[in-house]
Amino acid sequence: MRELLLVFVPLAGALVAWFWPSDRGRPWLLPAVGAVHLVLSAWLLVQPPTVAPNAWMGFDAVARAVLPVVSLLFFACSIYAVTYLGLRAERENRVFVSVLMLVIGLLSAGHQARHLGVLWIATEGVTLAAVPLLHFNGTPRAFEATWKYLLVGGTGIALSLLGSFCLGYASMHGGGSGDLTFVALAAQGAALSRPWVLIAWVLLLAGYGTKMGLAPMHTWKPDAYGEAPGIVGALLAGGVTTVAFTALLRVRAVVGASGAGAIADRTLLAIGLFSMLVAALFLLGTRNYKRMLAYSSVEHMGILSIGASLGPAGVFAALFHVWSNGLTKGALFLSSANIRRAADSASIDDVRGMSVLTPRSAMIFVAGLFAVTASPPFGPFFSELLVLRAALGAGHYAAVAVFLVCLLFAFFGLSRVVFAVVDGRPRPATVAASRRFVETAGSLVPPALLLGLSLWLGLFTPAVLRESWTAAVAQLFPTP
Amino acid sequence: MRDLNLLIGLAMGLNLVALGSSRLPSIIRATALQGVLLGIMPLLLEHDFGWQVVAVAVATAIGKGVVIPGLLQRAMRAAHIEREVEPFIGFVPSLLLGAFGTIAALAVARSLPLLPEHAKSLLVPGALASMLTGFVLLIGRVKAISQVCGYLIFENGIYLFGLLLIGSTPLLVEAGVLLDLTVGIFVIGIIVDRIQRAFDSLDTRKLTVLRE
Repeated sequence: MRELLLVFVPLAGALVAWFWPSDRGRPWLLPAVGAVHLVLSAWLLVQPPTVAPNAWMGFDAVARAVLPVVSLLFFACSIYAVTYLGLRAERENRVFVSVLMLVIGLLSAGHQARHLGVLWIATEGVTLAAVPLLHFNGTPRAFEATWKYLLVGGTGIALSLLGSFCLGYASMHGGGSGDLTFVALAAQGAALSRPWVLIAWVLLLAGYGTKMGLAPMHTWKPDAYGEAPGIVGALLAGGVTTVAFTALLRVRAVVGASGAGAIADRTLLAIGLFSMLVAALFLLGTRNYKRMLAYSSVEHMGILSIGASLGPAGVFAALFHVWSNGLTKGALFLSSANIRRAADSASIDDVRGMSVLTPRSAMIFVAGLFAVTASPPFGPFFSELLVLRAALGAGHYAAVAVFLVCLLFAFFGLSRVVFAVVDGRPRPATVAASRRFVETAGSLVPPALLLGLSLWLGLFTPAVLRESWTAAVAQLFPTP
Repeated sequence: MRDLNLLIGLAMGLNLVALGSSRLPSIIRATALQGVLLGIMPLLLEHDFGWQVVAVAVATAIGKGVVIPGLLQRAMRAAHIEREVEPFIGFVPSLLLGAFGTIAALAVARSLPLLPEHAKSLLVPGALASMLTGFVLLIGRVKAISQVCGYLIFENGIYLFGLLLIGSTPLLVEAGVLLDLTVGIFVIGIIVDRIQRAFDSLDTRKLTVLRE
C-alpha cells in the first residue's frame, strides 16, 4: 500500500492545490507533499515491500534503485518553488503548483510500472502535464519552446506506443496470452517473434529516447530547458528523463530474454556515443547558459545509454549515474535560475561578473560545473569511472577513447560558458537588474543541499544504495 | 474481412486526399472522415463484441471524427487564418510520395511475419501508409493546423496497427490510450490557440527565435 501512496498523495495534493483559495499560501503545499513523498520513498528504500510477480505496478527493485533520487530532487525543488513563486507573485500559480504535483505523482507511477501499457500511459501523462509548466513564463519564446516540445515529444510518445504494440504483437505471434507485463514478456523468451521484437526495440528506443533526449531526438531539449523556469528544468532533467531510462532498461531486459540482447546493446552504445558527441560539439558553440545545461543533459543521457549497453556492471554504473547526475543537475539548474533571475538574461553576451552580484549562487554554479564534468570527489566522477571500467572490461577500447574525448570537449564547453558568466566586471544594466533579486536561504539552500548530496554520494556511497542497484541489476539480468 | 479491407482502403484514399488538398477545411474534413471510418473498424473486426469494443468504437468515432475536427475548425476560425495551405513540400511531390509510400507499405507488409488471420488484412499496410502520410504532412506543411492534422493521421496509423491486438490485450489499455490521445490533441489545440495570440499567425516558420 505504501508504494501506491507515492502516486496518490501527490495527486491528492494536486487536487487540494487546485481548489486552494490564495496564491500566497498554495506553494507551501509543494514542500509538504515533497516531504511526505521523500519520507515514503526513503522508507520503501530501506524496507522494500514484496511485489507480486504478475502485478501491473509495484515498488520492485528497479523502482527502488531510481525513484528515491527523483523524490529527493522533487523535495529540493519544492522548497525552491516557494521562494520562486514568491518572487513571481504577478503570475497566478494555481496551474503551476497543481501540475508540479501531478507530474511527481505520474513519475512515481511510471517508475513503478511493470506493464507495457501502464508505463506508456504514465509517460504520456507526464509529457502532457509538463506543457503548462513549460509555458509558465507566457512569453512568445516560451510558446515557441512549448510548441516544439509538443511536436517532437508527441511524435516520440507516438513512436513508443507503436513500439509497445509491436512488442505486444511479438508476444501474440509467439502464442502469448496477451499478458503485457514485463515479467510475462520476458518469460516467453525465445518464443517472442524475433523480427517483431527488433522492430519494437527500434521504435521504443526512438520513442523513449526522445523523452530521454538522446541525440538525434534531443532537439526539444535546449528550447524547453532554455525557456522553462529552473525548477521545471531540474525536474525534467532529473525526473522525466529517468522514467524514460528505466523504461528502456525494462524493455532491454525483455529484448535480452528473447535472445536479441547483443543487438540492443550495440544500438544503445552507438546512440549513447552519438549523443555525447553531439552534446560536446554543441557545448563548444552555445552562448546561453541555460541551453548549455540542456546539452550537458544530452551528454549525460548518452553516458546512461552507454552504461546500459555494457551488461550487468554497466547497468550498475548507469543506475549510480542516474543518482549522481540527477542531484548535480538539480544543483546546477537551481543555481543558474538564481543567476538568470538576477541578471535578467541567459546569454553570456549580456551576463558577466555574477560572482560580484550573486556570489553564493555563482559559487554553487562553479562547484556544480566541476561536479558535472566529473571532477573528484563528486558523485559523477565515481559513476563515470564505473562506466569506463565496465567499457574496458567489455573490450570497447574505441568507445572508451570517444567517451574520454567527448568528456574533455564537454569540459571545455561548459567551463567556457560558466566562467564567462561568473568572471569579469558586470555590465551596468546587469547591476541595475540584479538589485531586484536578493539571495535568500530559500533560493540557496536547495541547490547547496543537492550539491552536498552529490559530494556525499561520491565520498560515502551508502551501502543501502549499492545494495538497491545490485538488486535492480539482478532483476534486469536474471541468472538462469 | 472484405468489409474491413474496404474501409481501410477508403482510409488510405483519404490519406491521399489530405496530401493533395490545398485548403485547410478539406484537410480537416478528410481527417475527420478517416476518424469515423476508424471508429467503425473494431465492430467489423470482432464478431462477438462486448461493450468494451463498442465503447472503443464510439469513443474513437466521436473523438477523432467530431470533437477534434471541431476544435481544429474553431481554432481556425478564431485565428482568422487564411485557408490556403502553404507547403514546404509541394502538392504533387507530396502526392507522389504518398502514392509510392502506399505501394511500398503493401510490399513491406507482405514481407513481415504476420499471423495467418492477419495475412489477408490491409491493417498493416494501411497503418504504414497512414503513418507515412502523417509524417509528410508534419514535415511538409507550414501552418500549425495542417501539422496537427498530420499528427492526427500519424496517430490514426498507429491506431490501425493497434487493432491487430484488440482481441488479445485487455481493452483497459486501449481505452486509456484513446483517452490520452484525445487529451493530447486537445492540448495541442489549446497551444495553437495560444500561439495565435502570441504571434498573430499560425505560421510555424516564425518559430525560429530559439536556435544556436
